[in-house]
Amino acid sequence: MGTRIFAAPVLSLRFVHVWARNLLVWRKLAIPSMLGNLADPMIFLFGLGYGLGAMMPAVQGVSYVTFLAGGMVVSSTMYAATFEAMYSAFSRMHQQKTWEGILNAPILLEDVVLGELFWATTKATLSGVSILVVVTVLGVASPSYALAVLPVIVVTGLAFAAVGLAMNALAPNYDFFMYYFTLVITPTSLLSGVFFPIDQLPGSLQAAAAVLPLYHAVALARPLMLGGVPHDILLHLAVPLGYAAVGFYVALVLTRRRLLK
Amino acid sequence: MSEAVLSVAGLRKRYAGEEVVAGIDFEVQAGECFGLLGPNGAGKTTTLKLCLGLIEPDAGEIRLLGRPVPAAAREARQRVGVIPQFDNLDPDFSVRENLQVYGRYFGMKRSDIEARIPQLLEFAGLSGREGAKIQTLSGGMKRRLTLARALVNDPEVVFLDEPTTGLDPQARHLIWERLKSLKQEGKTLLLTTHFLEEAERLCSRLVIMDHGRIIALGSPRELIAKHIEPHVVEVHGPGFETWAEKVRPQAGRIEIVGETAFCYARDEEPVVASLKTEPELIYLHRPANLEDVFLKLTGRDLRD
Repeated sequence: MGTRIFAAPVLSLRFVHVWARNLLVWRKLAIPSMLGNLADPMIFLFGLGYGLGAMMPAVQGVSYVTFLAGGMVVSSTMYAATFEAMYSAFSRMHQQKTWEGILNAPILLEDVVLGELFWATTKATLSGVSILVVVTVLGVASPSYALAVLPVIVVTGLAFAAVGLAMNALAPNYDFFMYYFTLVITPTSLLSGVFFPIDQLPGSLQAAAAVLPLYHAVALARPLMLGGVPHDILLHLAVPLGYAAVGFYVALVLTRRRLLK
Repeated sequence: MSEAVLSVAGLRKRYAGEEVVAGIDFEVQAGECFGLLGPNGAGKTTTLKLCLGLIEPDAGEIRLLGRPVPAAAREARQRVGVIPQFDNLDPDFSVRENLQVYGRYFGMKRSDIEARIPQLLEFAGLSGREGAKIQTLSGGMKRRLTLARALVNDPEVVFLDEPTTGLDPQARHLIWERLKSLKQEGKTLLLTTHFLEEAERLCSRLVIMDHGRIIALGSPRELIAKHIEPHVVEVHGPGFETWAEKVRPQAGRIEIVGETAFCYARDEEPVVASLKTEPELIYLHRPANLEDVFLKLTGRDLRD
């Protein structure tokens, strides 16, 4: 034992069957699920944006709600990807034994994990895009480069879905995920410039923020939504994509260790 | 003879220092129903999972349908159906959707799956229930749907892990009938069970496993003939121990378990005759069965 656990993934289009299975389930509950995904970030955006924003001067030259919109699109993408890759995937892996059933068919674990990765990314993208559409239609964000935000949303979803699936493989139960939210996701959203510019923070925390995938997503999404072109586009795309690739491999190894030993 | 459908040689698997499968060899030929019997913890389910390539062996060789496992297990599973010990039907789907989605995992075309669904439902006795939610099905219906799902790809080999555990007699008999008709169709079945009656009815050959080893191999009849006397007389009631001592010389083999004397004999006449003069004793005279072999070989201690 051991060598196969670390073997390179055998990738194929078979992941589509796993992705399609999840899509079929979701379609039955699509409307309430979409509304749920949209309501929470919207309440935050407009509550904080107009409530808190009313007491604040312009932030980086724009109103607070406009500033916040750029961060909110990618942070809600992060939350949606994380929820799907942890709670929902855990239900399918552990509670319902759906993965076990799939693995009895000619499907490999890499197909299952990749299918779940792309599915969580799909749901996260839907969540990010719906907010993007609402803020663009309401005129809170500029429409000029709105379409260019889509790839940013996708790479954010991939990064957090991959890390979430690695957490899923380690989880003994649902309570475990609370630690990840408290210790990783909440600090990430505070350090990445979602709610305030990070030059407010001490230098050491700014340096720490630079390794977080959400920081890079915000660095792309916000300028685009203000109608401008971001700097260092390749770097800001490479970091979340790196998290996605490494996260997927780690998730696969940990899930093999959990299920195939 | 053509290559065995499944061949296993020197197979070993260790968990946390304990050898769950401790060096086993067997071959399953095309068209037979092969049983893996053993008490809880004997290593039956682990053996099945190893043969499907779902877990990694520590040592040994497995070939399933001509392919090395686990290296080419995925390709082998293309022609295999699996009934797991615990149903893992998809609770988010209806009966029909369970079959549709599962067929897709085999890369089947939608139209081919649709064409197969009516006969699968018919076979499983679930016609007219295609829209039912999984939660509304009885245990027997879920088991039958699991059977139908395992047949969606028209497999050559079907793996069944305790297919009737937890079912009532009606449901169990229906599953048995379906498994017999699969045998008629020429499918190869590999089944684990601790229902000795099930093995006796269905299996052409079987192995008895205990502590990860194979301790006997043969057809149910061969095993009974080889390991146990043909007649069993079970006796209980006041003074059964005194009686047992009295008949011991003519009785063959007597085993006293709690309040019962089990008398295993080649010639049952003297034993039964001696019981005629003991009106207080209650007795049951029956032919020996696989359960007697099983208990003799694996002992009467509880396994949890």
